[in-house]
Amino acid sequence: MAFKLTVNGQPTSVDVPADMPLLWVLRDVLNLHGTKYGCGIGQCGACTVHLGGQAVRACLTPVSAATKAPITTVEGLSADGSHPVQQAWMEIDVPQCGYCQAGQMMSAAALLAKNSKPTDKDIDTAMNGNLCRCGTYLQIRKAIHKAATIKTKPAQSARK
Amino acid sequence: MKNEQNTGLGRRSFLRVSALGGGVLLGLYAKPSLAQTPAPAAPGRGGRGGGRGGFGGELSPLAFISVAPNGVVTIMGKNPEVGQGIKTTLPMIVADELDVDWKDVRVEQADVDQVKYGFQSAGGSTGTPLNWDSMRKVGAVGRQMFVSAAAQTWGVPETELTTASGKVIHRASNRTVGYGELAATVATMTPPAAASVRLKDPKDFKIIGKATPAVDNLGIVTGKAVYSIDMMLPGMLYAAFERSPVVGGKVVSANIDEIKALPNIKHAFVVEGKQQQTPVLPGELALASGVVIVADYWWAAQSARKKLKVTWDDGPAASQNSVDYAKNAEAMSKTKPGRQLRNDGDVDAALKTAAKVVDVAYSYPFISHAPLEPQNATAWFKDGKVEIWSASQTPGGGKQSVAAAIGITQNDVTIHQVRGGGAFGRRLVNDYVAEAAYVSKQINGPVKLLWSREDDMQHDFYRPAGFQYLTGGVDASGRLIAFRNHFITWGQGDRSAASAMMSPAEFPARFVPNYQFSQSVQPLAIATGALRAPGSNALGFVMQSFIDEMAHAAGKDPVQFRLDLLGEPRVVEGYDAGRMSAVLKTVAEKSEWGKRKAAKNTAMGVAFHYSHRGYFAEVVEVSVDAASKVKVNKVWVAADVGSQIVNPAGALKMIQGAVIDGMSETMNQEITVEKGRVVQSNFHQHQIVRLTQAPPEIEVHFVTTPNPPTGLGEPALPPVIPAICNAIFAVTGKRIRTLPLSKSGFSWA
Ligand code: FES
Ligand code: FES
Repeated sequence: MAFKLTVNGQPTSVDVPADMPLLWVLRDVLNLHGTKYGCGIGQCGACTVHLGGQAVRACLTPVSAATKAPITTVEGLSADGSHPVQQAWMEIDVPQCGYCQAGQMMSAAALLAKNSKPTDKDIDTAMNGNLCRCGTYLQIRKAIHKAATIKTKPAQSARK
Repeated sequence: MKNEQNTGLGRRSFLRVSALGGGVLLGLYAKPSLAQTPAPAAPGRGGRGGGRGGFGGELSPLAFISVAPNGVVTIMGKNPEVGQGIKTTLPMIVADELDVDWKDVRVEQADVDQVKYGFQSAGGSTGTPLNWDSMRKVGAVGRQMFVSAAAQTWGVPETELTTASGKVIHRASNRTVGYGELAATVATMTPPAAASVRLKDPKDFKIIGKATPAVDNLGIVTGKAVYSIDMMLPGMLYAAFERSPVVGGKVVSANIDEIKALPNIKHAFVVEGKQQQTPVLPGELALASGVVIVADYWWAAQSARKKLKVTWDDGPAASQNSVDYAKNAEAMSKTKPGRQLRNDGDVDAALKTAAKVVDVAYSYPFISHAPLEPQNATAWFKDGKVEIWSASQTPGGGKQSVAAAIGITQNDVTIHQVRGGGAFGRRLVNDYVAEAAYVSKQINGPVKLLWSREDDMQHDFYRPAGFQYLTGGVDASGRLIAFRNHFITWGQGDRSAASAMMSPAEFPARFVPNYQFSQSVQPLAIATGALRAPGSNALGFVMQSFIDEMAHAAGKDPVQFRLDLLGEPRVVEGYDAGRMSAVLKTVAEKSEWGKRKAAKNTAMGVAFHYSHRGYFAEVVEVSVDAASKVKVNKVWVAADVGSQIVNPAGALKMIQGAVIDGMSETMNQEITVEKGRVVQSNFHQHQIVRLTQAPPEIEVHFVTTPNPPTGLGEPALPPVIPAICNAIFAVTGKRIRTLPLSKSGFSWA
């Protein structure tokens, strides 16, 4: 079946079964490998993407449910690392293996989009579904607070 | 001169570019290189360190370093990168001795070539200790070559030249020249012997010792970093593999034709199983029996498994159950041990004179590694040779496994090292690498084999469970005078299963005058292997919990009892009591042990453990509420890993990560076996600590000593487990002798 998707601002069409999870459409059909597979059952958050601005688990989202709203993956935060979350992640040097971090950053970006000054409690609620097997949680928490202090890119380039 | 543009832009560059979706890496191949004709190091004697390559003679800087005319320095990261940060650490060492600025350095992952790069592996916290000397020498010899080239060019004595920031300087004539301008000359020179070259005085280090962010961070945060699971080849297909649920089981029949008829399925076939895994010591070369399904995309292959109908011959392992393991151990504990491995003094006599005797049983479970990236590899078999892309921790061993699995020679196996999403010891075994090669050969084309999370958790080489029956005695003065351990583990006869042995010298052996250690084994069907801090991750729990029990039996403070046990600073059969006492004193001081007034339902626990050349002591403060909910409030770590922390940023992350990893093992992780099958299948049944459960603070203190720098991947993990259990005892009076804690009704707050 053909499905029309908008991924990182690009309209695209894929011909796949209706129940194929968005994760595998992104990875194996569209070759967008930033979104990762960790568990396939909504336990780890490695596959987190935005669907209409909401953080969702791509492994549990059938492609047929992803046609109505724009999809953003980690590649869509920015290609050059300029998104505040990406900047903060680099500045705090968050990653160990880094495999969970696309999902972590997508959850964090969705949180910050709604809540520009999240408290530790807000971070707890937004981030508890994202596992980090390497244990970078202390850095993740710090980086979210840091990202909240970084101005978004348009503001920066406006100054130039 | 070899032109990289003509020769280097073959298939390999194309693959990299396609994997990244852009041409960013082309530059690395197009630019002139110092290493245009890298001379393989001559085979020589040489061990693994000391400036030698491990597999050959001295490592050549020509293999590791290339400098572009504009001064950009490319340094090869020799070892597999699986999150331990070695791709940053080792090039930092080279760059410092080379005397270039870190901002001018780019790091590239080396392929597997142990003649050129020396021993390549990730395991045992060996990356730093085995390469510290040799990487310094690679950098220093490289620097010397630039100095010689400048001396030749200017016709001045080398002694008049200095270097800084990638330049050679002649003060007398006020001239400087960049390494980039000298690279062409250097490429024609023969490297001098490392022994003739002076290393930096550590006080002059500019990069070593500076907190340095990991080199792949930009790629990771933009989603461009290529992990093993992200590899792409032209025309590549995707494979899933339904293995026998019981180790050693075989396919009798399967509905292959039905599967082949499903949409998007390209191949389906039965794998006989090359060499049956032996129940006791699973061989690395084994190929499991099962059904492989190959499709246009992985999800099609994976979904087709639901329609598979396989008749299995389970084999003898199907009679094994975890409940029986425990019953057997209990029965064995009451009989004469299989083998006595240490007997100091006279334990029986000492126990008779003891003022207090403690006689208890400890046990701990099987654990799965569960790195977040499930096992996978990409293989391309063509014309009798195979190329592999994988995140193996032992790529050298991977060549052997692949060669044996598909019947070719190791020379016909090429392995490319790709970043791995964690490893923790799982990727020391190359079973999935051999499988990928096998599938590629069967279908005669490029293929990515990916294990599902369920495959990963149910076909692991598990941290072995164990049972320890301990008896200890303290005398009237509160001194530990007797210690007896009957260790019940896995094996057959004199052979123990992988990672399931315990050293007869395990602490507190050597520090108790009357010490007896014996071992008995029972057979095991499932495969075992090394999990981060192998052995120590369980032994630290048992020994440091039991020592805590003895401290309380003696009526002594747990820190003081341990200091008394360690005694005067001295080295006892290789164990440096002074280094351990120092970290123990440090952690007690920093945590204000015994000085802070604890809040209600809150207390501290302490433990220390030596492993992987590192001396670690840790204090944990926990709160436990009436519903047995545990909150780890703070962890203090004191560590002695020698004279120098190469990258303090990476070091901190390794230690904090190890503490959190140890917490996961403490609370929830347990693999059980029913009818030879692993019961747990995914993270809901084998839980990892989540963000809200992690302590808000993990404070780390390094005690530096004049010893060679050693590794950090592992030694921070073992002490945290007993420290938590000892803290829970301090709050609740409940002694934890069985892991995980969830079995005793505890959960995270
Ligand atoms: S892969 Fe989707 S939550 Fe784990
Ligand atoms: S950094 Fe490895 S799983 Fe999070």
